[in-house]
Amino acid sequence: MKSHVFPLLQLSRLRKYIAFFRLRFTMGLQYRTAAFAGIVTQFIWGIMEILMFRAFYQTACAASSAHESVLTAAGSGVFPMTFEATCTYVWMQQAFLALFMAWMMDNDIFADIINGNVSYELCRPIDIYNMWFAKSLATRCSKAVLRCMPILLVAALLPKPYGLMAPAGGMSFLLFLFTLMTGLAVTVAFCMIIYISAFFTLSPDGIRMMAMSTVEFFSGAVIPIPFFPDRLKGFFELLPFASMQNVPLRIYSGDLSGHAMWRAILIQLFWLFLLIAAGKLLCRAAMRKITLQGG
Amino acid sequence: MKLYGKYFLIQLKSKMEYKTSFLLTCIGQFLISFHVFLGVYFMFRRFPEVAGFTYEEVLLCFGITLLEFSLAEAVARGFDCFSGIIRQGEFDRIMVRPRNEILQVLGSRMEFTRIGRMLQAVVMFSYGVTVSHITWNFPKVMTLLFMLIGGTAVFSGIFLLFASICFFTLEGLEIFNIFTDGAKEYGKYPVSIYGKRVLQICTFVIPYSLVQYYPLTFLLDRGKPWHGLLPIAACLFLLPCFALWKCGVRHYTSCGS
Repeated sequence: MKSHVFPLLQLSRLRKYIAFFRLRFTMGLQYRTAAFAGIVTQFIWGIMEILMFRAFYQTACAASSAHESVLTAAGSGVFPMTFEATCTYVWMQQAFLALFMAWMMDNDIFADIINGNVSYELCRPIDIYNMWFAKSLATRCSKAVLRCMPILLVAALLPKPYGLMAPAGGMSFLLFLFTLMTGLAVTVAFCMIIYISAFFTLSPDGIRMMAMSTVEFFSGAVIPIPFFPDRLKGFFELLPFASMQNVPLRIYSGDLSGHAMWRAILIQLFWLFLLIAAGKLLCRAAMRKITLQGG
Repeated sequence: MKLYGKYFLIQLKSKMEYKTSFLLTCIGQFLISFHVFLGVYFMFRRFPEVAGFTYEEVLLCFGITLLEFSLAEAVARGFDCFSGIIRQGEFDRIMVRPRNEILQVLGSRMEFTRIGRMLQAVVMFSYGVTVSHITWNFPKVMTLLFMLIGGTAVFSGIFLLFASICFFTLEGLEIFNIFTDGAKEYGKYPVSIYGKRVLQICTFVIPYSLVQYYPLTFLLDRGKPWHGLLPIAACLFLLPCFALWKCGVRHYTSCGS
């Protein structure tokens, strides 16, 4: 060990967490039937969502200009996104649901804290925050990997305005992948704070429910953030919740580009560091006053 | 009925052991439905109407659907954890007791935190009824009442149906969420806006639109008078659900462990 140069040492430290990630990831890949049921569910969910948006677009188009082609009409004031971009947003959201949905929390972590099993984890020579972070990341990734491909494939084959469109460009596709990862990390970092709060409350259901519903709405899972009223939009885009699914999905469809895109990415990174720092601080505070439950 | 009351009290007492969490969960439940409402509100800030329905009309529809769902949930959500009951062999214990099985299943778990959603539903319902420009007369009030009864029956029927299917699959399937939570979610708009095909499915396969869209058109003076009576027909949906339950109980083989 002594002969190791500094970066290598870092790498070997990281290796533990990569192992945790791999373990969880392969574990998650085992639930294929559940994934299939999930895919069908999400597919129907996506169709209903798109049909709902279609009704709004059709009505508004019929009212404004009769000669304009109904569904391909670009935003003429009322539409914050084109219908195509909205459909793409919905399909992407369904495909990567497992990455961003706050309610998909790891019940094992809550159970460990409440029944005292966390003491075993604390005996290990690892950082508990990093370990849980790696595990949550892996759970979400494995679910998403199983589910995203079929949904994306079928959505891409759907007829023109309803389906998934190709990415806006090579550059924006790369940025989409990058922000997808950052968005996922922000989501996990946020969930970590809720896990750790269970050390203090011991009955996490309440906080969890509150956090869930807040994240759900402000991250644009109910309706995409561009559909929010214009005056509130600027404010909501600064919140950490907008840094989750909102940024990557809109970059993909080309709805977010140029100056606004770079700003959104900076905000994403800012929240990522802030949430991780806050989580680690909270974790340290919890470790200092920890009382183990159960016996 | 007395037994149900007793189950109710026991469950309530056990939940009251964790008061803060209970309160926060209630608030969370309330927020979830409230956010759905905000979603509808934001959409209508941009678009004046959808498929011929104005904001006020959609609100009425949303309020009614939410209240129907909450009522059904208050009665029948116990079926939700039925797969767990089957898998752990608890149903054996239920079978040997000389009481009705359905009653025992319902009593085994009650979600009092749903009161948050119920509260939200009542608020939405009253708000929807007041802002709608409907001149209320006797047939319309009766229709509204039928809608609530019929809707509760349909949603309860679905909960019962999915519990019965657990007899055969031993496992709750995620896909059923579309018909319960999904129906509540998308029931905020009248079924007709989703297009003709969806309306047909929701009329003949699972009678959602009988308790939502058709009677609503009568309330808004757009439908024929007999549309107001359709929710009663929707109650018939309970019959096949109950039959499947009976069939499931007859075919039940304990999965032990």
